[in-house]
Amino acid sequence: MTLLDEFQLFLKTLGWPDWAYYSVPALTGIVIIVAAVLTIVIVFIWWERRLLGRFQIRLGPNRCGPEGIFQPIATAVKILLKEDIVPAKADKVVHFIAPIAVFVPVLMVFAVIPFDKAAILVDLNVGAIYIIAISSLSMLAIFMAAWASCNKYSLIAGLRAIAQMVSYELPVVMSLVGVAMMASSLSMVKIVEAQTLPFILLQPLGCLIFFLGSLAEMNRCPFDLLEADSEIVAGYHTEYSGMKFALFYLGEYGVAFVYAAVITTLFLSGWQGPFLPPVLWFLIKVFLVFTLILWMRATLPRLRVDQLMTFAWKFMLPMSLINLIVVAIEILLVPASLQWVMIVINFGLAAVLILLFSRMFTFGGGRVEV
Amino acid sequence: MVAINSEELGKRIAEVFTGSVVSADKEMLVVDSVHLFQVATYLKETPGLDFDYLTVVTAADYMEYFEMIYRMVSLKQNHSLILKTRLYSRDNPTVASLTPLWRAAYYQEREIFDLFGIKFEGHPDLRRLLLWEGFNGHPLRRDYL
Amino acid sequence: MSVKTEPFYLNIGPQHPSTHGVLRLRVTLDGEVIVDVEPVIGYLHRGIEKLAEGRTYAQNIPFTDRLDYLAAMTNNVAYCMAVEKLAGIKVPERGEYLRVIFSELMRIASHLMAVGFFLNDIGAMMTPVLYMWREREKILDMFEMACGQRMMYNYMRIGGMSQDVPEEFLPAVKKFIAEMPRYIDEYDQLLAQNEILLARSKGVGILPRETAVSIGASGPVLRASGVKWDLRKMDPYSIYDRFDFEVPTGQTGDCYDRYWVRMQEMRQSVRIVEQALKQLPGKGSVCADVPQFFRAPKGEAYVCIEAPKGNLGFYVVSDGSIAPYRLHIYPPTLINITAMKDMAVGWKIADLIIIFGSIDVVLGEIDR
Repeated sequence: MTLLDEFQLFLKTLGWPDWAYYSVPALTGIVIIVAAVLTIVIVFIWWERRLLGRFQIRLGPNRCGPEGIFQPIATAVKILLKEDIVPAKADKVVHFIAPIAVFVPVLMVFAVIPFDKAAILVDLNVGAIYIIAISSLSMLAIFMAAWASCNKYSLIAGLRAIAQMVSYELPVVMSLVGVAMMASSLSMVKIVEAQTLPFILLQPLGCLIFFLGSLAEMNRCPFDLLEADSEIVAGYHTEYSGMKFALFYLGEYGVAFVYAAVITTLFLSGWQGPFLPPVLWFLIKVFLVFTLILWMRATLPRLRVDQLMTFAWKFMLPMSLINLIVVAIEILLVPASLQWVMIVINFGLAAVLILLFSRMFTFGGGRVEV
Repeated sequence: MVAINSEELGKRIAEVFTGSVVSADKEMLVVDSVHLFQVATYLKETPGLDFDYLTVVTAADYMEYFEMIYRMVSLKQNHSLILKTRLYSRDNPTVASLTPLWRAAYYQEREIFDLFGIKFEGHPDLRRLLLWEGFNGHPLRRDYL
Repeated sequence: MSVKTEPFYLNIGPQHPSTHGVLRLRVTLDGEVIVDVEPVIGYLHRGIEKLAEGRTYAQNIPFTDRLDYLAAMTNNVAYCMAVEKLAGIKVPERGEYLRVIFSELMRIASHLMAVGFFLNDIGAMMTPVLYMWREREKILDMFEMACGQRMMYNYMRIGGMSQDVPEEFLPAVKKFIAEMPRYIDEYDQLLAQNEILLARSKGVGILPRETAVSIGASGPVLRASGVKWDLRKMDPYSIYDRFDFEVPTGQTGDCYDRYWVRMQEMRQSVRIVEQALKQLPGKGSVCADVPQFFRAPKGEAYVCIEAPKGNLGFYVVSDGSIAPYRLHIYPPTLINITAMKDMAVGWKIADLIIIFGSIDVVLGEIDR
């Protein structure tokens, strides 16, 4: 029984008409989710800029408000006041739709993310599949933006986006299957409830693969080829400005939030935790994951596009398949009371596999005869 | 790195290519512009000279003639030479390009073509380098104001 | 089966985040693979060589700052050395040592920029740059002590330098030199074994030894290709024969080697400054007596020194007046980019950017 269901029942007791007691709670939920997501995204932006400053031995924004807390708001105002420039040869309609199409799927994913046992918009029994399906939509939007901009840099970014999505979706889904098997459900709430021990302990390899795959899906370092500023200027959003750019910007952090939340839910036992209220636990874990992403951004250089593909197909996909098989066998053979055995086996296996694969795995030359 | 004795070298070259050396003193070797390419090939390919590394290529405008200045170095023998040639035509100064011998001359000859208007025969892609296509005149000539 | 494809033309620059100035690269692509690349230059051409003909010898010194603006001090030194050679002026001992100290510090600063932005081109998102700027800042602070400027120093004069260094300068240099090796170790820790850096730069953009010599490449680009050619060793100008240092060379001439050579050169520069500080004579003149309206005798002189980016040469012709009759600048990076096509063809756009970054280009010098 979620909070919205309770709200619905309450409205029913007031004797509201049928259409109202379905739509009012749903709309309320949506408004709350959108507001919460946007607020958290703004905090993310501040956190990233501030922490990145620390990583890079500089201060970071510290003028607007205490510790620069209002800097994202100032940035937002600045961006919104900017002129909206549309290239003369752009496909105007698609150019207009693309930023919206990037942002909407991000918000839609939050429908099935449990902030708390009851704080979920809708507890779909296929929640995990829903997330995978919806979150890949924003890649389509990125390609729309790239194509419609009529810019060669954007076009390169768009082609990279498609290749990247096709390659990285596979290992991500494969590692998700491991989680679903272990929880024997696809519902996000049930997955969290199944984690008496966080799945990161039970499936370290799956967690790593999911994390790396999601880095690629959200275009974060070291897989940020879509907006590799030193190569293709700003990638797919080179030709965007003003409000439309702001949507891309928000979408980017929104996706980071989505994947941080999904990783929290799937591997870090979601809202569960002692002492503190569940929602706070959830947010703490999300921030930890986001900080890890940010740390990688501050430290690592970028891969080349062929290396990115090699990494997905030669390293992550076989690893995720092995992980899947091992987890399946363990679920069949290891009784629930002996979970510590699984932890030991899986950590050992992960270490051995990573070591083995990193020895065998080479990126290849990269040069093509022309 | 020592400057090679260009006086002696001048005598040697005068023997090989008759009439090619205009003057030769301790500092530089001045050759006839007609023989430039042959002399340069000789300098590059003769064992013992081995000028495999061309550094600066430039020109100077002395009103009655243009002077082309080449400074070449041998990484093997660790010696250097300043080779010059003079072009007396003002309207259509032409000299053989050394780009086929040393690719180092590629951009420098384009630059000289751009700023002095000296044409290089045998240059693979002689276009203006610094100034835009259609620029009028050659700014580094002394009479360009 | 081969699919017929059409080439794709891309104009990188003159406005692009990583062309290090206003260079334009006309690139022909097959997908992401580079088929042809042609640098188009001249966007920063200011006609310094022509301007110099109308100004006195001393007035030309500020122009040299604006050549390779990341290593302005070395340009000053090279120009002044050319004029001194022309006029037969001898720089006092202390002046020579200070020039060496300044040039080597400048080399460290320039290499820090080069390596930092090379990593930025690989995509390390400013972090290495900012760490390297930390040390570069210190060097710039020391330069500011000496001449009041951080970028366009105009510090060297014909015959020496404009003034002696202030009291606090030498202790600051000593402190910096003591710290610097530790900082270089820190960069090595962060970068040298970084899996992604190795994957991106090892074997990428190979410049074979023969090509490097043929195009007349110099500086770290030539040395990374395995040619032990450093004018400080091969043609010890100034007082470089008094110092003990090594010339690091690479093996394959790929981007990683160019990066590695620069890192090693910084260590050697630290050694040189260390020795120069020890040998530096105490108080004394830093500038020879040169008349205010200095006239160089009729003649010509060519001086080439080992600037951070390669061999920087100045060719000065005098007709006996107060202004040079002809001043030619031999810019190392213009020569080094001749090899762009050889290095980049067959690689991807991302590699083109790092190959370009590994040459360490400054457009002020290419365009003059």
